[in-house]
Amino acid sequence: MANVTLRNVRKAYPNGFEAIKGVDVDVADGQFCVLVGPSGCGKSTLLRMVAGLETISSGEIDIGGRIVNQVEPAERDIAMVFQNYALYPHMSVYNNMAYGLRNRRMPQPEIDTRVQEAARILELGAMLDRKPGQLSGGQRQRVAMGRAIVRQPKVFLFDEPLSNLDAKLRIAMRVEIRKLQRRLNTTSIYVTHDQLEAMTLADILVVMNGGQVEQVGNPLDIYQKPATTFVASFIGAPPMNLMPLSADELKSQLAGDSRINDAGILGIRPEDFVVSNETVAGGIALGLTVEAIERVGAETFIYGTRERDVQGVAANPGELPPGEVLVRIPGAIGPAIGERIRAIAAPDKLHLFTADGRQRVGP
Amino acid sequence: MENRAIFSGKLLPCLLILPQLAVSLIFFYWPALQALQQSFLVQDAFGLSTEFVWFENYLSLLQTPEYYHAIGVTFVFSALVAFFSLTLGLLLAVMANRNIRGVQIYRTFLIVPYAVAPAVASVLFIFMFQPGLGMIARALQRNGVDWNPVLNGTHAMILVVIVAVWNQISYNFLFFLAGLQAIPKSVIEAAAIDGARPMRRFWTIIFPLLSPTTFFLIIVNITYVFFNTLGIIDTATGGGPNGATQTLVYKVFQDGKVGTDLGGSAAQSVILMVIVVALTAFQFRYVEKKVHY
Repeated sequence: MANVTLRNVRKAYPNGFEAIKGVDVDVADGQFCVLVGPSGCGKSTLLRMVAGLETISSGEIDIGGRIVNQVEPAERDIAMVFQNYALYPHMSVYNNMAYGLRNRRMPQPEIDTRVQEAARILELGAMLDRKPGQLSGGQRQRVAMGRAIVRQPKVFLFDEPLSNLDAKLRIAMRVEIRKLQRRLNTTSIYVTHDQLEAMTLADILVVMNGGQVEQVGNPLDIYQKPATTFVASFIGAPPMNLMPLSADELKSQLAGDSRINDAGILGIRPEDFVVSNETVAGGIALGLTVEAIERVGAETFIYGTRERDVQGVAANPGELPPGEVLVRIPGAIGPAIGERIRAIAAPDKLHLFTADGRQRVGP
Repeated sequence: MENRAIFSGKLLPCLLILPQLAVSLIFFYWPALQALQQSFLVQDAFGLSTEFVWFENYLSLLQTPEYYHAIGVTFVFSALVAFFSLTLGLLLAVMANRNIRGVQIYRTFLIVPYAVAPAVASVLFIFMFQPGLGMIARALQRNGVDWNPVLNGTHAMILVVIVAVWNQISYNFLFFLAGLQAIPKSVIEAAAIDGARPMRRFWTIIFPLLSPTTFFLIIVNITYVFFNTLGIIDTATGGGPNGATQTLVYKVFQDGKVGTDLGGSAAQSVILMVIVVALTAFQFRYVEKKVHY
């Protein structure tokens, strides 16, 4: 049991590329921390630095009150679950789990107790004599988990452990991991690029982009109050609609809002729109022409173009093309293609950002 | 699970395997059958008449003490060469698999010896170890070793072992390096996190995962020492002194080519073939059980 603290951690490669540009994160004892971000944002590198598999260029990593910058991976008292599981292919499931304990010269009876206990928790009892090659993807994943838990380390590190599983199994394992972590109450750091996985698992969510932390906090806080347009478009699916506040009707609709002077970009989540002909005081109403409709049963996605088109903002990954607005309404009924609708959003549903998207304006 | 190409008809698949089949038939089965036939024949000294003698060639062979001596020499020689060329090849591959500056240069130079013809390599080493002139020989003599492979059988054996090993290391190096690079990096990292120090990591993870490569190389190396070291022995020692480096394959060559005893030589090559086939079969039967694919 331990807390993990990163203080101004940096990683620069000899060729000058800066993979991690100064990260501060504080994970309290027993918390589940998720690092999320697009590919190449440095989240895996950061995790490998905590594990001791990558060197730290500057800053400090502290595990359980001990600065581990110069400590070997084996001495950091961590266990890691790899994306490809990294099981030892020539060893049985039992030996895969026992290997780390034998290396630490634990007496055989104790090893046996721990492995049997882990096998029971993970329902691997019938497979202890098999080789990894004879297991399914989900079973291999559980063996990798077992290898981590038998060690009873201070910290679990997960490097996209579910990305090699199919969608159904991924959801099941996600729940399993969370239950297991609650039960063992071991501090965990988990890397993923899947924002849904991040939202559901995290006690504390770290959104990363380009080697920097964009926002740290409780997942719901981040969803409700994204600090930058990057976070706004990355967290939440489908992503938030981001519209530039140039000198057009949006600005005039928001004339009464005190935030308007500093703001350059308006964000509204697709689920925060209501299709209605009413007006909301202090809110926003958009006239849309329906371009496409997706009905998934429980909800309907409406892709519309705004009637008065606008010049684009710099598009982040996952963003809609400028001028296009996505509205998400419950149920399967909705307008027809080509129809003109009005989408309205209440004042407390509006997110305002500075023109460069780097800062949130107002509460 | 298998990736199978589907052919319609039988003509195309037959045509496709024909070249490989032709090569095996012409260069392996045909000469092997000819050797078998020859081993039952005796020719007079002028090559004018040939007589079918059943197993007489084999019987006279098994009654010569030199033949048993050659078998002993062959086993000592092949065990030494296979052992040293494999261990040194593996050692170099492990060294060259690390992230060090200029690793590409090391790798290239470690492969170069394989491009040197065995006879040429042998000549180079003869010069270096020549008792009167060679620099290594003189260094040894200065340090009190009475080095003389021309007269001393043990020295002659050491010399041919060095040449054969030197010639074969590159091949083993190349395969071991490829084998090492095929081991996923994350497995090694997992072992490091699991508290295995480098030596233990090597013996419990890397070496077992290399076992298919090692198994393949053992078979190839044994075949190499049994057959392809002929040129080395011929140039370095000529089988001497007093038969100390006369291996089976060299005796085949000497008796057949130099002694023109074609029947006896053919009988020897048939026995040699049987030995190598038996050795390989033995390894597939017993050693392969320890291989993790």
